[in-house]
Amino acid sequence: MAAHGAAAAVHDEQHHSSTGVDNTKMAMWAFLGSECLFFGSLISTYLLYRNRVLDGPRPHEIYDIPYTSVSSFVLLMSSLTMVLALAAIQRRDMRGCRIWLLATAMLGMIFIGGQIYEFTTFVEEGLKLSTSTFGSSFFVMTGFHGAHVTVGIFMLLALFGMSMFGRLDDADGPRKVELIGLYWHFVDIVWIVIFTVVYLVPTN
Amino acid sequence: MTHANPLEPEEPGHHPGPSTYVKVAVILAIVTAIEVALSYIPGASPALIVTGLLVMALAKFVLVALYFMHLRFDNPLFRRLFVTGVILALIVFAVYLTTLFARGGAAPLVTGS
Repeated sequence: MAAHGAAAAVHDEQHHSSTGVDNTKMAMWAFLGSECLFFGSLISTYLLYRNRVLDGPRPHEIYDIPYTSVSSFVLLMSSLTMVLALAAIQRRDMRGCRIWLLATAMLGMIFIGGQIYEFTTFVEEGLKLSTSTFGSSFFVMTGFHGAHVTVGIFMLLALFGMSMFGRLDDADGPRKVELIGLYWHFVDIVWIVIFTVVYLVPTN
Repeated sequence: MTHANPLEPEEPGHHPGPSTYVKVAVILAIVTAIEVALSYIPGASPALIVTGLLVMALAKFVLVALYFMHLRFDNPLFRRLFVTGVILALIVFAVYLTTLFARGGAAPLVTGS
């Protein structure tokens, strides 16, 4: 009982700030805001260079829209499973939270598997990092996004492990899931932009 | 008899429930399907396609941010932080576009296969 009271006191203290909001959540939003700038630069660079092809295939020659559409759908649905994990832990349904966290990680892995397959296919078709400025900007942009998804998968699996050992059972558990969830949804948002601007918008 | 907006929070002041999340996900999936279909319309004006695609991407972006990331329900300070990042990204994009046109690089440099 005393331990629970102490934990609640620590929890309250963490939320006491001059802004009246949780500092860690504020930090996460500031980080995501800066990430907007990062990915904005990568996408802009790609748009500048996508038609500057001296050698190798051009974008419309190698993009497989139906395949990428399925990948995008998978990542989009992983956002749903992520937010369902948060909803589950908020109502103290730890089993449900674990299931949805694992589902989110699995969907993330399917997306990454698809990206690895896509990269492999592109390389076989003659588009490498150094083939053209189109290749460089494409691989750097989508590669960084894939790296973000991979980091997200590790964080989801860490949350799953913490949940298995009862580390999410305290009052701070939902906040931890929400913070990782914000990161995961951001990765999804970035892909929404990349999918449209990079794959669907017609090139010259 | 009033009809509640399906996207309204089920508990005012709190995060919405799973049913709202599922509805948002269905909308996102439908919009994605329309986006893909739009990119395949033969003979359509490229300007029309690009405008339609960007509007739908923006709609998906806003839906995820408002409902899945709870920007609609959380402290407005978070929304301001995130919007600042988005605006800065758009400024970077505008600078890139300006550079592109200033150096006359709008024409594609395509000599390969």
